[in-house]
Amino acid sequence: MVDRRHFIKKSAGSLAALGGLVLLQRSGLAAAIGTEELTTLDALPGKEALIKQTYRPPNYETPINYFDAPFTPNKRFFVRYHNAVIPEVKIDEWRLRIGGDAVRTPLELSLEQLRKDFKQVEIAALCLCSGNRRGLFQPPVPGVQWGSGAMGNALWRGVRLKDVLAGAGIDKSALEVSLDGADSGVHKTTPDFVKSLPLAKALDENTLIAFEMNGEPLPHWNGYPARLIIPGWTATYWIKHLIAINVLSKPFDGFWMKTAYRIPKDRFPSGQFSSQETEAAMPITEIVVNSLITNLADGQTLPNAKSIEINGIAWDGGNGIARVDVSTNGGSNWHQATLKQDYGRFSWRQWHWVFEPKHPGTYRIMARATSHSGTSQPLEPIPNPSGYHHNAVQKITIQLV
Amino acid sequence: MRTLLLLLSFFAATATAGESQIFLKDRPGKNQVVAQCAMCHSLDYIILHTPILDRTGWEKTVAKMINSMGASINDADKQIIIDYLAQNYGK
Repeated sequence: MVDRRHFIKKSAGSLAALGGLVLLQRSGLAAAIGTEELTTLDALPGKEALIKQTYRPPNYETPINYFDAPFTPNKRFFVRYHNAVIPEVKIDEWRLRIGGDAVRTPLELSLEQLRKDFKQVEIAALCLCSGNRRGLFQPPVPGVQWGSGAMGNALWRGVRLKDVLAGAGIDKSALEVSLDGADSGVHKTTPDFVKSLPLAKALDENTLIAFEMNGEPLPHWNGYPARLIIPGWTATYWIKHLIAINVLSKPFDGFWMKTAYRIPKDRFPSGQFSSQETEAAMPITEIVVNSLITNLADGQTLPNAKSIEINGIAWDGGNGIARVDVSTNGGSNWHQATLKQDYGRFSWRQWHWVFEPKHPGTYRIMARATSHSGTSQPLEPIPNPSGYHHNAVQKITIQLV
Repeated sequence: MRTLLLLLSFFAATATAGESQIFLKDRPGKNQVVAQCAMCHSLDYIILHTPILDRTGWEKTVAKMINSMGASINDADKQIIIDYLAQNYGK
C-alpha cells in the first residue's frame, strides 16, 4: 500500500508538471476500480480534450462532432502510438538520415534544409488508422477498441519523398523504402515501430515528408517536426517524428511489417505491396470506401421539424467519392445526397441531405458511399483477425418527438 | 520492491494525465501484473480487454508480450499474471 500511495503522489506531481487537464466523467476514484471504464475525456499537453482509449502509449480519438467540417483542427486531431517512449524533438539536433543498401549517397538533412532544398507542396488528405471502428466488430477483436474517431482530414505541407530520395540517388536494386521515427519501446527488446513502402509508392508524387498541418507546424503528438504522408493508404505508414529513411534491396522483415498490420488476401484486393505478400496474407494498404454521419448520434432524440439536416463525410483510398446515398427507413429507400466542395481525391468529402419527415417517430438512418471506381460500402464489415477496414454502412436510430 | 521503485521513477518521467487513477483489483498476482505490464503501457489496456479475452485469449496476449513485444517475464510470473488476468479481467 505504501508503494501505491507513493505512486499516486508522484504521478499527481508529474500531472501538474505536464499541465494535463483531466475531464473524468466519473463520480470518484472508486468508479475506476474494477472492470468497467467509462468514456474518459482527457487532454494531452498542447491538445484539447479527446476520447482517451489508453494513456500510455497515448491513444486518443476525436469526438465525431469535430468531423462536421472540411478539416480537423490540430488540437482535436487523433493520437495513436505503439510504443511509450516519445521524445520531445529538439529542432537544432533533429536530423533526417537517408541511407540503406540501395542508396548511392547517404544524406543527412536538417529541417531547414528539408524546407529549403526541395519544392514544397500541399495536399489535403485523410489520415485514417487501420483499426478505426475496431470496437464495432462483433465478435470483438483484441486491440485498441476504437470508435469512429481514429481519423482526421488535414492540409499537409511538405516536400515529396521522391525528390529527397533523388537527392541521395536510388540504386537499381531498390525494392522497398523503410521509415523510422524517433519513438521507441521501453525495453530494448521491443520492436521499434518501423514500416516500409514498396518503391513505387515511395516515389509516388503524392507521398510527402510533411512539416505542416493545417498551416501550422505539426503538433508534437502528430509527429513534430516531420512525418510521412501517404495519401490513400492507412495511417500505419504515416511515420511520425521521422528520423531515418532507408532504401532497401530486400523486403523489410521487422515485426510491424511481417506480423502486424496484415489482412487475409482472400477478402480484400491484393497486389499493392507484392514484396510483402505471402500466400495467405498481405499488409493492409489502401483505405476502403466509407462514410460517416457527423451531426446526429445513435439514439438521439430531436424535436420533430419540417426538415432535418443530415450531414456527413465520405472517403476512399484515392478514387474519389462519386455519390452518397441516405436512407431514413433502414435501407428500403435511398436518396442521393449532395456532395460539398471537393478538396481532392485523398480528402474526405462532406455531404448533406435534407430529411423531411411526415410525422414524429423512430427513424433508422443509414448512409452509403460509392467511389469513382464503383465500389460501395458493404452492409456488414468484412471479418479479419485484427479488426481492420471496418467500412460497413452505418446505421443509427433517431427519435423525432 | 526494486522493480516497483524503478517503476515509480519511470512513471514520474513519462506518466500522462489520469493514468494514476487506474487501479486493478486487489487480488493475488496484482503486484506482478503492475510491475511487469505497467513498465511499457498503462493498465487501461487490461481493463479495455475484459469483455474480449477469456483465459485462452489472455494466455495468447501474455505470450505475445513476451515473444513479440520483448517483455522479459520469467515462467513463474508469467503463470501468476495469466491467472490474475483470467480470473479478474477474463470474459
